[in-house]
Amino acid sequence: MSVRLILAALLLVFAGPVAAQDTLPPAPYAYRQLDDPALEAKAQALMETLRCLKCQSQSIADSDAPMAGDMRHQVRTRIAAGEDPEQVRAWLIERYGDYVSYKPEISATTWPLFAIPVALLALAVLIIVRRLRKAK
Amino acid sequence: MTWLRWVLLALVAALFGLFAWQLSQPKDEFVHSAMIGEPIPEFDLPAAVTERPGLSSANLADGQPKLLNIFASWCVPCRAEAPQLAQLEASGANIVAVAIRDRPEDVAAFLEAYGNPFSRIGKDDISAVQLSIGSSGVPETFVIDGQGVIRYQHIGDIRDSDIPKLLEELRKAGA
Repeated sequence: MSVRLILAALLLVFAGPVAAQDTLPPAPYAYRQLDDPALEAKAQALMETLRCLKCQSQSIADSDAPMAGDMRHQVRTRIAAGEDPEQVRAWLIERYGDYVSYKPEISATTWPLFAIPVALLALAVLIIVRRLRKAK
Repeated sequence: MTWLRWVLLALVAALFGLFAWQLSQPKDEFVHSAMIGEPIPEFDLPAAVTERPGLSSANLADGQPKLLNIFASWCVPCRAEAPQLAQLEASGANIVAVAIRDRPEDVAAFLEAYGNPFSRIGKDDISAVQLSIGSSGVPETFVIDGQGVIRYQHIGDIRDSDIPKLLEELRKAGA
């Protein structure tokens, strides 16, 4: 194989991921802030606690994925239309489950996460108290 | 106090056992739609290409169960599932589609190259319908019953082995 062919093959490898992106412009409110600073602050705070579905360890505020842009558009237009941020969060959870939200929520599946540290702390205090008594 | 030490040791061992077991389990990377069993939210999308009409939620509640394919011309796995979609259509499935963030000329070229098994194609430039049904990528295929209720979600490209399951779900939805 000639060097040219290898180079062409290599270029193709890098061309793949680039081709797998759409070419449409972002949604109107993907990168544009709301005119009302108070509403924009609300939207921004919410977007920082919503998970990007394409890039699962980023919030939609941090991601440049087109889908994250489309989600920001949804958030901003809904907030601008007078919806409460928690209503918008509920709308997304209704569609994607708790997974889409970064805000910790005590529920039937998550309560041990909150209960176990408290129980361990109580156990540690108990052990320390007993040892201190013995040491006297 | 020795018994307490053994209890703690057992607890730690159990914890590491849990870690080892969980780490050896395959991780489900997909975000599943929570809309299964729910009626499809209202929408009305314009046509993505001139050869096919657009798609609205009313079209999905016309009494006939359908497959709803979420695709895009820029999506590589969508090319891979084209023969399987053709096979589903040949088996009698009515397949409608939503093209995500796509240009009409690109969709037309895609259908020209890989075939057009769709009876309707709606154009969703800001993923609005995709977000409203809990879909998190392309391609995805939903089974919608005749009343417009979402019955099943297939995530990723359709392989040959997925066809019987999709036909089965379509039959369960009343086809």
